[in-house]
Amino acid sequence: MVEKILKGNGLYWGWLSLLLMIMGAGAVSYLVQFNYGLGATGMSRDVTWGIYISQFTFLVGVAAGGLMLVLPYYLHDYKSFGRITILGEFMAIAAIVMCLMFIIADLGQPMRATNVLLHPSPRSMLFYDMIVLNGYLFLNVLCGAVVLVSEYKGIKYPNWIKPFIYLSIPWAISIHTVTAFLYSGLAGRHFWLTAVLAPRFLASAFAAGPALLLIIALIMERTAGFDVGRTAKNKLVTIIGYAAILNFFLLGCEIFTGYYSNMPGHMHTLDYLFFGLVDHSTGIMHNNLVPFMRAFVVMGFAGIALLFISRKAKSDAMLGTACVLIFVAFWIDKGLGLVLGGFVPSPMEHVVEYVPTVVEIGVALGVWATGFFVLTLLYKLVVVVKRRSEDLLEIN
Amino acid sequence: MDNTRRKFLKLAGLTAAAGVGTTLLGSKAMASGGGGHAAPAHGGHAEVAPTGTRYGIVIDTGKFHDNPGLAQKCQDVCHSYHNVPDFGNPKDEIKWIWTDKFANVFPEHSHYRRDERLLSMDIIAMCNHCDNPPYVKACPTQATFKNADGAVMMDFHRCIGCRFCMAACPYGARSFNWRSPRGVDKEGHPFIKKYNQRFPSRMRGVVEKCSLCSWRTKKGKDPLCVEEACKTASDAMIFGDLNDKNSKIAKLLSSKFTIQRKPALGTHPSIFYII
Repeated sequence: MVEKILKGNGLYWGWLSLLLMIMGAGAVSYLVQFNYGLGATGMSRDVTWGIYISQFTFLVGVAAGGLMLVLPYYLHDYKSFGRITILGEFMAIAAIVMCLMFIIADLGQPMRATNVLLHPSPRSMLFYDMIVLNGYLFLNVLCGAVVLVSEYKGIKYPNWIKPFIYLSIPWAISIHTVTAFLYSGLAGRHFWLTAVLAPRFLASAFAAGPALLLIIALIMERTAGFDVGRTAKNKLVTIIGYAAILNFFLLGCEIFTGYYSNMPGHMHTLDYLFFGLVDHSTGIMHNNLVPFMRAFVVMGFAGIALLFISRKAKSDAMLGTACVLIFVAFWIDKGLGLVLGGFVPSPMEHVVEYVPTVVEIGVALGVWATGFFVLTLLYKLVVVVKRRSEDLLEIN
Repeated sequence: MDNTRRKFLKLAGLTAAAGVGTTLLGSKAMASGGGGHAAPAHGGHAEVAPTGTRYGIVIDTGKFHDNPGLAQKCQDVCHSYHNVPDFGNPKDEIKWIWTDKFANVFPEHSHYRRDERLLSMDIIAMCNHCDNPPYVKACPTQATFKNADGAVMMDFHRCIGCRFCMAACPYGARSFNWRSPRGVDKEGHPFIKKYNQRFPSRMRGVVEKCSLCSWRTKKGKDPLCVEEACKTASDAMIFGDLNDKNSKIAKLLSSKFTIQRKPALGTHPSIFYII
């Protein structure tokens, strides 16, 4: 069955070659960083995490987003998701692979990564993050593989896999909750020190994850003849739309608490992200992220509106655009603003801004390309198996 | 030379082992403060009941203001002994002890209509050696841990460079080796101006910070910065056991008004300031 990934048209091979080229560039960038040190990135003493950790945080969300396809199908027996549930599981695999790669890319001493296992620290949230992320990867590989192989053989998946599938549902919640706890448990970082961080992470994940999945499914409809089905699309619109609205609601709660309480620490980062912040010791205004964050708000709301309109109009073009808008908007929100904003102002109330270097962007693109490479191969398998099982049904 | 290095490593290893032990045994075994884990009884400002040794420093900011250049001397003696590199740019900067203005060292204190003297002062900032250091629990490898004497230490050989501790420290006390400190700049000048063979230099990709000169305090000596400051102005910095009520530092704390940095966070800093 695995050999089927070696058969494809020119578009398939072209896409894979493009990804391989980007992966190669990423590997070269990583070599530069490995030889010089993390100083090859834009990170500094004051902004100690950059796009690596912010991509990691965002991608944990994409992985957890797969839940929105698994849960209706297995727990509520929602048959229309039958064709795409496996896509959710496989997207989670690719996303976790990217997460782990971003973590390794961010380590100052990657050769010592096993110290986390050699000196387990049950009081550290990173310890739990390691457990839940690797556990989720294992669960999705297991469940995805068993279900797909069963379908290939034309039989229903065996009963023993069911407990693992059910376990993967709360596990998906746990990966993003623990990732939020990395941030929300830190005294002195006001922007992160909020109880709604974990719920907000989940809300944006449940919008961005299925949005990406729907974009890819629409592409596969055109290029690989993979039919998602109107009912499934409509259901996904509901899921993505309400999750996106919930994310904005929770952001609104943050904004209310910050500005109505008038606590300087709670307002500083919001000021920095949406209006710019002046460093009082130098008098210089810093507002690098303002255009991005404003674009996030505009694109987010436009995406939600277009999403519901597309359902009425039954337009796939509009649906795809809406999903792109929501995905990019929430990537800015969590993949840029959340992590980078949290470091401004510094503990000594200086404002230091971060700009990623070419090397850093190269590594990040390389990781994304690797994720999409894995995703493409896995989805290729899905298409092959689905076609075959449908042929089998017709013969019978 | 080798001997001191070995002793240092041994000490670091032993204290690391002690750190692992105390975590497993639970909070009660923490020599210098059950407060490290237990919630303070009366809000963040309340200190916990003293148990064991807890080294700390009182900094008399007025004496540094009256002796311009003194803080720089303290930094020089610390950084040169500990092989702290100078990269000449703020992005890669590594510092164990430095100065900043009142508004930056104490951002949560009002500076409304404060006198010029206070606002223009260069105030020493360094690791607070908190009784409840937030990053000790954040570290995924226990590379940073608390000594039995209250000093918060770093095991440079175990650190994986994830920098979670830097996000967790509310005082910006920790620095990261973004590049190799043992290298040279474009003109060929080494980043460590004069290499001190008695103290190990670090490798790139690990976090470092002030260790309260625990290699000296073990022998009953004051930390280098304290010793240097007192050469010029007596009692500009006073070092001692905060928990021993007969110590000079404890008596000073009960007779003079002092402040700590960001006390509301519940970290219980062991560095106090006379303003």
